[in-house]
Amino acid sequence: MNAIDIRKDFPILDQKVNGKDLIYFDTSATSQTPAKVIDAMNDYYREYNSNVHRGVHTLGTKATDGYEQARMKVKNFINAKRYEEIVFTRGTTAAINLVARSFGDMIVGEGDEIVVTEMEHHANIVPWQQLARRTGAELVFIPMEADGTLKPESVEAVISERTKIVAITHVSNVLGTINDIRAIAETAHRNGAYISVDGAQAVPHMSVDVQDLDVDFYAFSGHKMLGPTGIGVLYGKSGLLDKMEPIEYGGDMIDFVDLRESTWTDLPVKFEAGTPMIAEAIGLSAAIDYITEIGPDAILDHEQELVNYAYARMSEVEGIEIYGPKERAGLITFNMEDVHPHDLATALDTEGIAVRAGHHCAQPLMKWLDVSSTARASFYVYNTKEEIDGFIESLKRTKEFFSYEF
Amino acid sequence: MNFNNLDQLYRSVIMDHYKNPRNKGVIEDGTLTVDMNNPTCGDRIRLTLNVVDDVVEDVKFEGEGCSISMASASMMTEAITGQKLEKALSMGDEFSNMMLGEDYDITDDMGDIEALAGVNQFPARIKCATLTWKALEKGVRESASE
Repeated sequence: MNAIDIRKDFPILDQKVNGKDLIYFDTSATSQTPAKVIDAMNDYYREYNSNVHRGVHTLGTKATDGYEQARMKVKNFINAKRYEEIVFTRGTTAAINLVARSFGDMIVGEGDEIVVTEMEHHANIVPWQQLARRTGAELVFIPMEADGTLKPESVEAVISERTKIVAITHVSNVLGTINDIRAIAETAHRNGAYISVDGAQAVPHMSVDVQDLDVDFYAFSGHKMLGPTGIGVLYGKSGLLDKMEPIEYGGDMIDFVDLRESTWTDLPVKFEAGTPMIAEAIGLSAAIDYITEIGPDAILDHEQELVNYAYARMSEVEGIEIYGPKERAGLITFNMEDVHPHDLATALDTEGIAVRAGHHCAQPLMKWLDVSSTARASFYVYNTKEEIDGFIESLKRTKEFFSYEF
Repeated sequence: MNFNNLDQLYRSVIMDHYKNPRNKGVIEDGTLTVDMNNPTCGDRIRLTLNVVDDVVEDVKFEGEGCSISMASASMMTEAITGQKLEKALSMGDEFSNMMLGEDYDITDDMGDIEALAGVNQFPARIKCATLTWKALEKGVRESASE
């Protein structure tokens, strides 16, 4: 793949910020959107905007086709067995909440254990905390090694017959740690537990096969994979989704409605009450086409090249501390000695460089790292080594600026 | 290097307050304690005040945050010491006006707080500068309702 050519597909990247060429290193927060995705959503609103699963007119049929084709595309993209296993949600957060509410309340009881880690995003901690509170279950953490990885022995030691659900991220949005989901799923199942995976930072960047991983639930978001905000996916094994109760009720998700009681329609629409995110699903569909055309393996290779290069060059800058393991996904979380990350991010922004600064929705992990906040640079298909060079020069200037005796 | 904009933001008086904070610490037997966080960025501040007959006799701060939030806290403690609570709160209003780019009335007896005027050119950082003033307002409001 050629990032220089790819960049031409992203109108937003062709601009100056504070007088400098934009360097967008904040994909882990949200990715940019190629013209093909924007056009697909535009076409929908200009040519066939209509509600889905209702009525018989031509536009409605076209909209329904677009929406359901998007579901089929997601199914193929993550290699789910059946298209009924793909539920569209508002995002990863909504997908995880659906699992915790519906499946969690069904199978977790007092004295049971829910296993998580300290590297989770708030979206994969808080719903489980609340489930534990509702049911009287206990939240148990798999301990991390000093480099922010999980040792197989630690996984084995924590998951037990008391475990009902293991809720874990595939890729850490702070450390870049890539967890061995297949092995953890095997351990969970051997102990009679289920596994629910936060895949928000994985699906955009590498090939994910839910059957091969043998996960029970897997959640991810459109806006981190070149698609629009407002749409995400919950994959669930159909045997489990079948048994689960909806957590939202209303139009579309019903079978028969009587004055005092109703029945639910089949999967997956049972979990999609109300008018769904039609334009967003069509946009996500176009994003999957775009990623498929480049190839998830080529994307992973490109990001690995960038992150290894950035890691080596950042290590040259004195006073930079990098968090997480050497082997990592395409992001680097770091701090600069004596410069608060917000001040660092402001300085970089004056040179057109967008990085994230803060706690990255991972306060327990910040505590574990013993820092109040950090800065993060994250990479994707449209980033280049030249941008990393520019970033390094800016880091050096920032260091010089703040070491000046004011 | 072209950090001219940055020079406007990080003026030397601000960096001086950041590196040599005034009134840092906790008043053990203070009459008023208030904690405030900025949950989006992780900054946190604790103010302790000793208020006698509606006058701020003494105030200290501690916390974690960027240079702007910590310098602003340091400057505020100097500005409001010895002032009536009402006056301290009105300074906060004027400070907010300054942050919003509106007309403001900040006088020399308010110490260095006007040095933060440049922050209004950096919209993402305004909440850093106002955190300490918001904490003060919250503390005074809560103590008044007790």
